[in-house]
Amino acid sequence: MAESLILIEHDRQQVKRTSLHAITLARQLGGEYGLLVLGHGLSGIAASLASYGASAVIVADDPALTEPLADRYAAVIAEVARKRGADTILGTSSTFSKDILPRVAALLDAPMLTDLVGIEKIEGSISYRRPINAGSMFAMVRLEGGRRVLTARATAFDAPLGDAAPCPITRFDFDPTSLPNGIQFISREERKSDRPDLTEARVVVSGGRPLKDKETFERVVGGLADALGGAIGATRAAVDAGMAPNDYQIGQTGKVVAPELYIALGISGAIQHLAGIKDSRIIVAINKDPDAPIFQVATYGLVGDLHQIVPKFVESIRQA
Amino acid sequence: MKILVPFKSVPEPNDATVAGAAVSTPKSVINPFDEIAIEEALRIRERAEATEVVGATIGPPAIDEQIRSALAMGVDRAIRIDDSRILDPYAVARILRALVEREAPHVVIMGKQAVDDDSNQVGQMLAGLLSWPQATFASRIEFLNNKTRARCTRETDAGLEVVEVNLPAIITTDLRLNEPRYVSLPGLMKARRKPIDLLTCDELGVNVHPLTTVLSVGSPPKRAGGTRVESVEELIKKLKQEAKVL
Repeated sequence: MAESLILIEHDRQQVKRTSLHAITLARQLGGEYGLLVLGHGLSGIAASLASYGASAVIVADDPALTEPLADRYAAVIAEVARKRGADTILGTSSTFSKDILPRVAALLDAPMLTDLVGIEKIEGSISYRRPINAGSMFAMVRLEGGRRVLTARATAFDAPLGDAAPCPITRFDFDPTSLPNGIQFISREERKSDRPDLTEARVVVSGGRPLKDKETFERVVGGLADALGGAIGATRAAVDAGMAPNDYQIGQTGKVVAPELYIALGISGAIQHLAGIKDSRIIVAINKDPDAPIFQVATYGLVGDLHQIVPKFVESIRQA
Repeated sequence: MKILVPFKSVPEPNDATVAGAAVSTPKSVINPFDEIAIEEALRIRERAEATEVVGATIGPPAIDEQIRSALAMGVDRAIRIDDSRILDPYAVARILRALVEREAPHVVIMGKQAVDDDSNQVGQMLAGLLSWPQATFASRIEFLNNKTRARCTRETDAGLEVVEVNLPAIITTDLRLNEPRYVSLPGLMKARRKPIDLLTCDELGVNVHPLTTVLSVGSPPKRAGGTRVESVEELIKKLKQEAKVL
């Protein structure tokens, strides 16, 4: 069986933890796998990937790859896949992989499946399980063709152990002048936060439209999140209203989370939002509408005014 | 400048029971992300940066209703590629490549994903097939340098990012790009006189067959929820003693 190639995401300082979850999918598929990391100045990041049981860590390190531009990254990934004869290209779902991997699929003339949550092997052939219609249903899908591109939903595949003997780290040499040059990076919003990453946090506190404005949102949702050492999320309505930045959005078209504890403040529970929280272990809903659909999925529901309840909640945690 | 907006007909969100491309259920709508793409194209034309907005979709005659909606919003003309098969994103991208080569637009604007199968692939695949630049998940688009470049703000997992792409390019839309207009009655009247061109894959010279097949569709297990608590004290007690998360 040919090798799988796993695209690893990083923020230049370190590997994005959830991008390692695709390794678990690769292990389930079977066969060897290489970890591919692209960027510039990657020696530390490459070294941190050596003990995940890969056949190699493949490093494409060049100033031309400083920013994750889809045309360049896709060209390099496709070239690595061809040269190594990799038949499966994998990543963990994120805006990074969603931007780049479908383009890789087109360059490799391969079909792609997004957001896998499981696989089943039946009589030697593999069926893939993925959510559709905002996660209200699941489809079992079969693939044809020699190559395939897959992304794994991080919440459906465990973090892999990194306890294997170190593998070789190999540099992938390519001609940077041959890369496409149609996309230019201009700027990125830099927002420093001491709170944990939304997709990796043990506790997530989320707010909806009743949080009114940015200041109230930060005070109420942020206050409870900080008391619990958690991350902040938001509904589409809250983001649309400017209460929270776009990367806080949880749901069908935003982030998918599965923390130990998810606390929904003033969230009614539209199916698009539920699509992003369903796999949380414990869901707490605080909402003044007793008929809000969120109560049907919440482990614990408390009907009432969040502006009165949350301060009490914070106080009780701080006293404990 | 000519803008091509490919769009998909999907079961109305919240009422979604069928998945797959080009399936017409009792109530179908333009995929909401594609509706945002149409709106953006119209606004670009309305500020006189584009001269023509062409809509395109793939499916059986049943989706003409959604094509009329696009025309009623203000799209100048529409193309339906007559194909009633269930296609996968790569097949759709290959058909659209042939259409792009025929229509030669300066920019293609389309939704980042269809809300029925949630794949989020076609725009990026189309860009790859055409070797065009791409800007995905756009929440702002402006044209620069005599419309030879587009500056796009992208919604990413880490916040907002700004890139510039050389035209022609593919741009996919995110939620906060705009709020699509409602279809007006005069718009609907006008739409009746606008042309819908029919094309087949044969006429486009593409021979595609889907490489992915949906074997079955099922419901996920229901979450057992619904325990009500009466007070903050009770909630905290449950979280500590029963759920053991605090």
